[in-house]
Amino acid sequence: MIRAVIVMNTQGKPRLLKFYEFQPPEKQHELTRSVFAVLSGRPDNVSNFVEADAIFGPGTRLVYKHLATLYFVFVFDSCENELAMLDLIQVLVETLDRCFKNVCELDIVFNFNKMHTILDEIIFGGQVLETSSERVLKAVEEISRLEKSSSSVSFVPKSVSGRFGR
Amino acid sequence: MEQLKTIGRELAIGSHGGWGQSKEFLDLVKSIGEARSKAEEDRIILREVESLRRRIAEPDVPRRKMKEYIIRLVYAEMLGHDASFGYIHAVKMTHDDALPLKRTGYLAVTLFLSEDHDLIILIVNTIQKDLRSDNYLVVCAALAAVCKLINEETIPAVLPQVVDLLAHPKEAVRKKAVMALHRFYQRSPASVSHLVSNFRKRLCDNDPGVMGATLCPLFDLICADVNSYKDLVISFVGILKQVAERRLPKTYDYHQMAAPFIQIKLLKILALLGSGDKQASGHMYNVLGDIFRKCEQSSNIGNAVLYESICCVSSIHPNAKLLEAAAEATSKFLKSDSHNLKYMGVDALGRLIRINPDIAEEHQLAVIDCLEDPDDTLKRKTFELLYKMTKSTNVEVIVGRMIEYMINISDNHYKTEIASRCVELAEQFAPTNEWFIQTMNKVFEHAGDLVNVRVAHNLMRLIAEGFGEDDEGAESKLRSSAVDSYLRILGEPKLPSLFLQVICWVLGEYGTADGKYPAAYIIGKLCDVTEALLCDDTVKAYAISAILKICAFEIAEGRKVEMLPECQSLIDELSTSHSTDLQQRAYELQALLCLESQAVESVMPLDASCEDIEIDKNLTFLKDFVQQSIENGATPYIPESERSGMSNVSNFKSQYQHEASSHMLRFEAYELPRPSPAHVIPHVSVPTPIADLFPVPETTCNSETSQASKLPSVAGASSAAHGIKLHLDGVQRRWGRPTYSSSSGPSSTTSTEKTTNGVTHIDGVGSQSRDKLNESRRQQPEVSAEKQKLAASLFGGSAGKTEKKATSTQRAPKGNTRNAERPGAARSRSPETSKEKAAPSVPDLLDLGEPNPTSTTIVDPFKQLEGLVGPAPMPSPLDNSVKTSGFETPDLMAAAYTDLLPSGSSSGSLSSTTTDMYSVDKTSNTATSVPSIKKGPFPQDSLRKDARARQLGVTPTGNNPNLFKDLLG
Repeated sequence: MIRAVIVMNTQGKPRLLKFYEFQPPEKQHELTRSVFAVLSGRPDNVSNFVEADAIFGPGTRLVYKHLATLYFVFVFDSCENELAMLDLIQVLVETLDRCFKNVCELDIVFNFNKMHTILDEIIFGGQVLETSSERVLKAVEEISRLEKSSSSVSFVPKSVSGRFGR
Repeated sequence: MEQLKTIGRELAIGSHGGWGQSKEFLDLVKSIGEARSKAEEDRIILREVESLRRRIAEPDVPRRKMKEYIIRLVYAEMLGHDASFGYIHAVKMTHDDALPLKRTGYLAVTLFLSEDHDLIILIVNTIQKDLRSDNYLVVCAALAAVCKLINEETIPAVLPQVVDLLAHPKEAVRKKAVMALHRFYQRSPASVSHLVSNFRKRLCDNDPGVMGATLCPLFDLICADVNSYKDLVISFVGILKQVAERRLPKTYDYHQMAAPFIQIKLLKILALLGSGDKQASGHMYNVLGDIFRKCEQSSNIGNAVLYESICCVSSIHPNAKLLEAAAEATSKFLKSDSHNLKYMGVDALGRLIRINPDIAEEHQLAVIDCLEDPDDTLKRKTFELLYKMTKSTNVEVIVGRMIEYMINISDNHYKTEIASRCVELAEQFAPTNEWFIQTMNKVFEHAGDLVNVRVAHNLMRLIAEGFGEDDEGAESKLRSSAVDSYLRILGEPKLPSLFLQVICWVLGEYGTADGKYPAAYIIGKLCDVTEALLCDDTVKAYAISAILKICAFEIAEGRKVEMLPECQSLIDELSTSHSTDLQQRAYELQALLCLESQAVESVMPLDASCEDIEIDKNLTFLKDFVQQSIENGATPYIPESERSGMSNVSNFKSQYQHEASSHMLRFEAYELPRPSPAHVIPHVSVPTPIADLFPVPETTCNSETSQASKLPSVAGASSAAHGIKLHLDGVQRRWGRPTYSSSSGPSSTTSTEKTTNGVTHIDGVGSQSRDKLNESRRQQPEVSAEKQKLAASLFGGSAGKTEKKATSTQRAPKGNTRNAERPGAARSRSPETSKEKAAPSVPDLLDLGEPNPTSTTIVDPFKQLEGLVGPAPMPSPLDNSVKTSGFETPDLMAAAYTDLLPSGSSSGSLSSTTTDMYSVDKTSNTATSVPSIKKGPFPQDSLRKDARARQLGVTPTGNNPNLFKDLLG
């Protein structure tokens, strides 16, 4: 299964952390730092795979992709195929790109909750749920449409809307 | 300024459809981005957290505001700050009726809470309600929370609803329900064992997405129990066939592959089902052949499927044709320029050689290239491959390489692993004893305290027992070469503790055995060891025991031992040591020095470390003594179990002592008194070394246990004088292997504690010999002829094969059978014979100063290395100077596409993929943008965005040097 998805910039600042097995915030921070230490030490033009058993326990590996100012990192165990994971990163990035129209780091910083929505459509509970970027996008668009249509009430404070409701 | 704010709001809230946050959040992100240090960033976030804490607690916070606060809390926690005060508000938000708020609430709780958090109780009810909601998005959000937050105890509360959802009309819900059920299975297989048939049913779902999701739980189920799913082989093969023939909807195509992710999952499942099952494998051959034939080699994902097929072929019942195709695909991987593919190729080769070892030969040069590669991951993978293909013919080359690599890495975790692999291979395939000891020395010297203690013990046993050969001469040769090398190594500074222990033990046992070195010299060396700065108690214990042994051997030979001043001061120091173990050893040495030679010889017989300990549990040898005491009026011994009242006193006493020694409070009740045999025996067999671990009761004053109290004082004098035959070889064994028992406790802890020391050692230690090694190895890769030679020695190629074979064939069986032979050989050797054999080798007193003429012929491994001096700098595998070249491109996809597209691919396929992907977009730029891969498909768009970002000053891309520097300080 997939253990974690980490998106961070080239300075090591986390942009999105998703651990599929609960980790307390301090531990998350520590893991992110050690992943960054490994990645920043790797030269360009080498493979995208790193054995991560020193960080995440025996048998774990990570696949990363360095795009512009961001690292996309997937951590997983021996049940997954490295090359396929690399393409899953590609699926995620493609979806983000279509969602944000030329995604850049800023989009991810300001919309990390949307990032979570997209990621939840692709990976669910540590398993690959959907790999078709188009279908992910469709699902996300539908969510945003439904959210918008129902969010008209949310501008009123709860107590007021509650009164109206009754 | 006003304008800037407007742009900021626009950017934040504007074009992205209401996902955005307020200006405050924008400001926060911006100020964090501008923070110059970690401390400054922390201050900003702490301030933010404080203000959130205040505002979130205000009454009547507008709901939309609350949503934003929660998101800001998630952000703060992502940056590593505690936001636990807000958890309850996130939980409350899940109760909200509005979809965006509910979703935000669920998102926050899944990120904040663990499955065992106290607040979960407050959510379970909401989840139950939401799982029955009419709005499928609410159901999806609830399912996401189910996956993350439901633990074993709460599974029954939601299980019925989740099972109902498997038949939900929306495929998105069915998919997630399958996943949730899978999660339950992972948490507690028993809770869903009756529902497993549902997974089979979902496999036939008419939505391919649901079918694909079902493969995940089925994979796990099949891993756990292959045989119950053999009936599904045909279904899986059928599905795979359909997928490969592109019967799935076009949306599942990815880079012109038909649903590659589903194919990969299916191949993984087939590999499990076909493993060792000829009939099941038979069904798969056809479709596997198809996949090999159809697979797209130019795209990354095509290779992923290909790799998975290789794995599958190597796992199922072998088929010659498919293996050939797999070997061909593997060789394509290995020949590729991409490091990723090489990596997969090395891995695939490792799988294939298990079936047919000859495949490796063809790729020897490619493998060696991987070994030289600057990519660390690839190197490690290659070492894994070499580890798998080690035989007695190539063990020397492979282990040499491994050690060379081990010396140069700083990652302790991997260092430990590779060191243990070196040891394992050396133990299994060692061609000669000298080579084995040399290799072990290198491993110990460089990986020092990272090595398992067991390895040190094995080495000591090997030196003591030899390789199980009958030839006693070879054995003593082995020992004296070990002694020689250790005396030389001792000159080096900062040796790891574990290595020092081995050295001390060997010097103590065999330092004077061949008479080459005088006792005083060895004792002096041992004293030096204890004076080193980083010397811990375990090493001191080994050293003092070694000194004791040497003194004993000298006395037994009838020579007088003169105490060196440094040795005397060592004894004085240790006899006042805090460690009772060291104290006891020091006192025993002093006592031993006062004994006559005959007594000493029976206490410490020469070369008897391999003798088995015979424990006389009934203490029959004490009978005479007991009889005599009783006749003299002593009270007879009553076993502890038969005693009332009194027994508890002594037991409490020992208990108390035990408590005191471990410095710990005990809260549980005291144990029941143990039966007497167990209580007495440990004192006889291994009295002293475990003094720290084992309670030695103060029984001396207790008349009832007086018999037992005599035993710990086995200094030998009293019993020898009494003429009572003690089983002294058992006692000797204690000295023979001082820390087999004692080190298991303390030394294992010290070795972990000292890891950091071990690392620092490694940089300084033995750089000379290492450089020599490096140099000798270094020459090999430079010239291709050399490389081929290396290949030959690794893979058993033509060059040098015959020569290697000659040496190996005679030695291989020896190495292989060593383990089996050793114990028997050791047992058959009686102390008498070993003493007889050792005696002639001990020269006259007069000869002591001169080197023994016979020993000069011994080949010294370290001398051989000396000719090769000349350091060669090792190119660092991780080159830090090469970094982040894509930094300037603000557009992610620009990099993504350059990365993605194979250089030689035709422009036709390229444009088709891109237009396909951007058909959603209304801009007319599509056509013009396709060729300009560098800038991304929408140059105008991205430029606009870039400009906007720059105006804000938030662009993270190099224009503002202070931006985002914070983490690095």
